[in-house]
Amino acid sequence: MSAEKELWVYAEQREGKMVGVVQELLSQGQVLCEKSGYTLCAILPSENGAELCQELYNFGAEKVYTLDDPKLADYQNDYYSRAVAQLINEKRPEIVLYGATSIGRSLAPTVAVMVNAGLTADCTELDFDVDEGNLLQTRPAFGGNIMATIICPNHRPQMATVRANVFKKNKRSSAEMGEQISCPVDLSGVPERMRRLESVREAPPNRMDLHAAQFIVSGGRGVGNPENFKIIDDLAAEMGAAVGASRATVDAGWIAPHHLVGQTGKTVCPVVYIACGISGAIQHLAGIQRSELIIAINKDPDAPIFDIADFGLIGDLNELVPEFQKQIAAAKTS
Amino acid sequence: MNIVVCIKQVPDSDKVTIDRATNRLNRAGVPSIMNPFDENALEMALQLNDEHGGKIMVLSMGPPQAEAALRTALAHGADEAILISDRKFGGADTWATSYALSLAIKKLEGVDLVLFGKQAIDGDTAQVGPSVAQFLDLPMLTYVKSVEVTGDTLNVNRITEDGYEIWDVDKPCALAVVKEANSLRIPLFKNKMAAKKAVIPCWGVDELKPAADKVGLAGSPTNVVKVFAPSVKLKQEMITGEPEEMIAELIRKLKERHIL
Repeated sequence: MSAEKELWVYAEQREGKMVGVVQELLSQGQVLCEKSGYTLCAILPSENGAELCQELYNFGAEKVYTLDDPKLADYQNDYYSRAVAQLINEKRPEIVLYGATSIGRSLAPTVAVMVNAGLTADCTELDFDVDEGNLLQTRPAFGGNIMATIICPNHRPQMATVRANVFKKNKRSSAEMGEQISCPVDLSGVPERMRRLESVREAPPNRMDLHAAQFIVSGGRGVGNPENFKIIDDLAAEMGAAVGASRATVDAGWIAPHHLVGQTGKTVCPVVYIACGISGAIQHLAGIQRSELIIAINKDPDAPIFDIADFGLIGDLNELVPEFQKQIAAAKTS
Repeated sequence: MNIVVCIKQVPDSDKVTIDRATNRLNRAGVPSIMNPFDENALEMALQLNDEHGGKIMVLSMGPPQAEAALRTALAHGADEAILISDRKFGGADTWATSYALSLAIKKLEGVDLVLFGKQAIDGDTAQVGPSVAQFLDLPMLTYVKSVEVTGDTLNVNRITEDGYEIWDVDKPCALAVVKEANSLRIPLFKNKMAAKKAVIPCWGVDELKPAADKVGLAGSPTNVVKVFAPSVKLKQEMITGEPEEMIAELIRKLKERHIL
């Protein structure tokens, strides 16, 4: 058991590249460690450690536990969960945070059962109760209709998943020092029950990543048909924006599911979010409420999107969106 | 294949409102439905057994009225249903719920596949599937869009943030199914009638014999300590006029804020 109490961030990497949410978790980890006096650590299942470790130090990790085993080259739930659980049982951290990614949301609930830990999904706020020594985990439920604060008083570690873009990144510098600790894991007893045969990336070349975007132009049912998404694409291209979409358009097959913004899609926090023909179901609003500025274009004056929009334009998106593009183009050249 | 589909009865969240004075959900009059994501798990089971034959058992843990969701699943074509319900299970978090579900599945013979919806629309945690799988020591894949049977293994297409993966997984296993997979078929009239009359066994602590310290609220590692309404920002400004004027005004405002 470590003498110091530790807060761990699961350093998710894919093909040797750190997933963005890890930097965000470390940044919030810095805040929690200041309050709790815990040591901020990262846990990295990777063989090519050095460069990734430096990135983790730069965001505040004092220690990085690297899990070295050829079976951990790519994510496989049986191997990863066993390796993480072994290290947790050995070092007994107080808190473990995971990104609520397709990997984190599979790995964390598996590990929670292995190590007998509480787990809270998709937290949007994390705070520390100094008096009781509990992590205060706040998350939306009922599609964002209510917020609940959850504690895990009698089990350690306290574990939580957090979506991308919920916490701001806070990089300390590019030359922070930290300690890399190689941890052997024993996966000899884990049967090989599943094999990844293929991994395909199909992010379209002309559409930017929603998580990284400063500007997002999103289309909803009001766009009318899949072909008409071109006006959304065109405005996005003019602004250097990413393209988002509502549940209705994804369900109708007008646009690929990775464009989906909202409770069941991506949570976004751009500088400007432009909702075109999106009525604003609570599930969608839950995903966009961290945007700094929301512009809504909709022909229905009673659309709920106008309740949270900073600027609302009631009208036909087929007129307003191309006009917006035209005037932005003109503004650029003037 | 013998397939278990775990379903949850949820309030229809589109119709849930909040009492702003008490910050509590107005549950009265809100209809309960089978969790929409679970429909996709059920349809996947039905399609697999259309092709390969076998039995589909639906399980649901909840209060006695959750039986209604099981009857819905029977109407859509599931073969058998079991309700997992006991006052002692009340207040269970995802960990304790997963434990109870796993005990029920262990009692069933010859299960080849356990299916879940991607997540439930009330809690949105997506945790119960992977946790049940771990209690049962089954391999688990989440975000599954399609499955093909290939001998003793399953060929599974799993969607990721920016694409998809193809996995080969041994049976028995557990999968959580996404909405993109399919849409649930319309119930047949004869199934509807049979579902109304079906006898649905209820398993509680006497049948499942759980460890006393892993049940219900007391057996749950996590506790809810506060429930509150999200803050709503109300600062909207409507821009009116002809399209050209509206956009010109919008651009002026964005420039004012140094956004453009």
